[in-house]
Amino acid sequence: METKKTSLYQLHKDCKAKFVEFAGYQMPIQYSEGIVEEHKFTRNHSGIFDVSHMGQLFIYGSEDLIKDLEKIFPLNLKNLKLNHSKYSFLMDKDAGIQDDLIITKIEGGFLIILNAACKDNDFKILKDLLNEKYKMVLDRDRSLIAIQGPKSSQILNEVIDGVKDLNFMSGNWFSFVNQKLYITRSGYTGEDGFEISIPNSFADELTRELINKGSKLVGLGARDTLRLEAGLCLYGHDLDKDKTPVEANLKWAISKERISKGDFIGSDIIIKQLNDGVSKIRVGIKPEGRIIAREKTKIFNQSDVHIGEITSGTFGPSVNGPVAMGYVENEFSKKNTKVFLEVRGKKHAASICSLPFYKKSYVKGAS
Amino acid sequence: MSDVKYSKEHEWIKLEGDIATIGITKHATEMLGDIVFAELPEKGSSVEKDGTAGVVESTKAASDVYTPVSGEVVDTNQAIVDDPSKINQDPENSAWFFKLKIKDPSEMDTLMNRDDYDKFAKETSA
Repeated sequence: METKKTSLYQLHKDCKAKFVEFAGYQMPIQYSEGIVEEHKFTRNHSGIFDVSHMGQLFIYGSEDLIKDLEKIFPLNLKNLKLNHSKYSFLMDKDAGIQDDLIITKIEGGFLIILNAACKDNDFKILKDLLNEKYKMVLDRDRSLIAIQGPKSSQILNEVIDGVKDLNFMSGNWFSFVNQKLYITRSGYTGEDGFEISIPNSFADELTRELINKGSKLVGLGARDTLRLEAGLCLYGHDLDKDKTPVEANLKWAISKERISKGDFIGSDIIIKQLNDGVSKIRVGIKPEGRIIAREKTKIFNQSDVHIGEITSGTFGPSVNGPVAMGYVENEFSKKNTKVFLEVRGKKHAASICSLPFYKKSYVKGAS
Repeated sequence: MSDVKYSKEHEWIKLEGDIATIGITKHATEMLGDIVFAELPEKGSSVEKDGTAGVVESTKAASDVYTPVSGEVVDTNQAIVDDPSKINQDPENSAWFFKLKIKDPSEMDTLMNRDDYDKFAKETSA
């Protein structure tokens, strides 16, 4: 299968991107300044990310759709206000995570942002679960551009007036050269920022304008270091079908009211795990010194017993040190528990820590 | 007299008497990206030609550093362990990795000179 290109491909090339294949797309891993500079620029100024490979699924319907989606997602969707977003996941009957996603209530239905590698499968699953009752569009005619970092609100507002008034995890329709853009105040870097859904043929123009106003393109490499410092999960690494939201320490994203009713896919397992506890759980892990423990690194306790595995690990440029997350047996998940990480045959000391590694408060309206 | 040679694994080696100073090339650092971790061989240990003698890591991945010649490690550059970004800044000079007392000077003969290495680097990265 030929790798796909996003609408910003030429712009990436113009900005001297190094490309990698990711989920069937040619995506920029970094530009000429490199991952560390791109990371810091996002934290201090404003970075633009091409996330057009992600799925933008529009589902249209009203009261029935809300009821049917509540059978799938552990969210209180009937109380979700228009243009408000929630983080959630698509689970199988064993509560295994098939994808994590952001769902936003829009006029006439919902917009769901899906991971690139999962989107086609998610579409099939959701179509089946909804018995083809609703119009569903996995929109390939729209690009998705994220702009993240403290200067992003000011920069984007210069191009699209009014975006600065959006609250965190909410969105609205805006216009840019007579095109309809759906913009939410959200992101995946631990910074204030926006995600912009825009028709493909206008993505390049908008992005160049944002660059002119002082933002810079940032690749997937820095996106990974940014999200890991922010303690956010990456599907296929920190989350997969063998992990439940309770094990992934994401129970905050499950509606309490929905748990009390227990009528969504996987709810029996979720309720059981909330009551009885889990055997493994996702934690933050801080290696001592500079050693980097990457995905699949084995974790041992002080008695040299294998207790878990790293699922993401890298060097955090803002933390200026190594950062990691992974799953450990529940009894070793307490903050400050000493553990050992096996890297290239040697055991290195580390400790369990709380997430995120890097915290900046989101702008107003954070919930 | 000093003589700088290059390996296919993108190390440079500068021989002064029987002491060789070894580091990685600028081309290697450009391929690796920002280096954030470096591990060096232990002083006093012996390393064999083409064997692993260290590790460098970028934010993306770990890569082995090989020694182009055999010998005993007589010195290591702690400065690049403390601040690995020095490797990106000055890879072919102050950010050397380790020094060896070499065993067999003839091992130098199989290595490339600058022109050949530049050609090799260009060809392999194209």
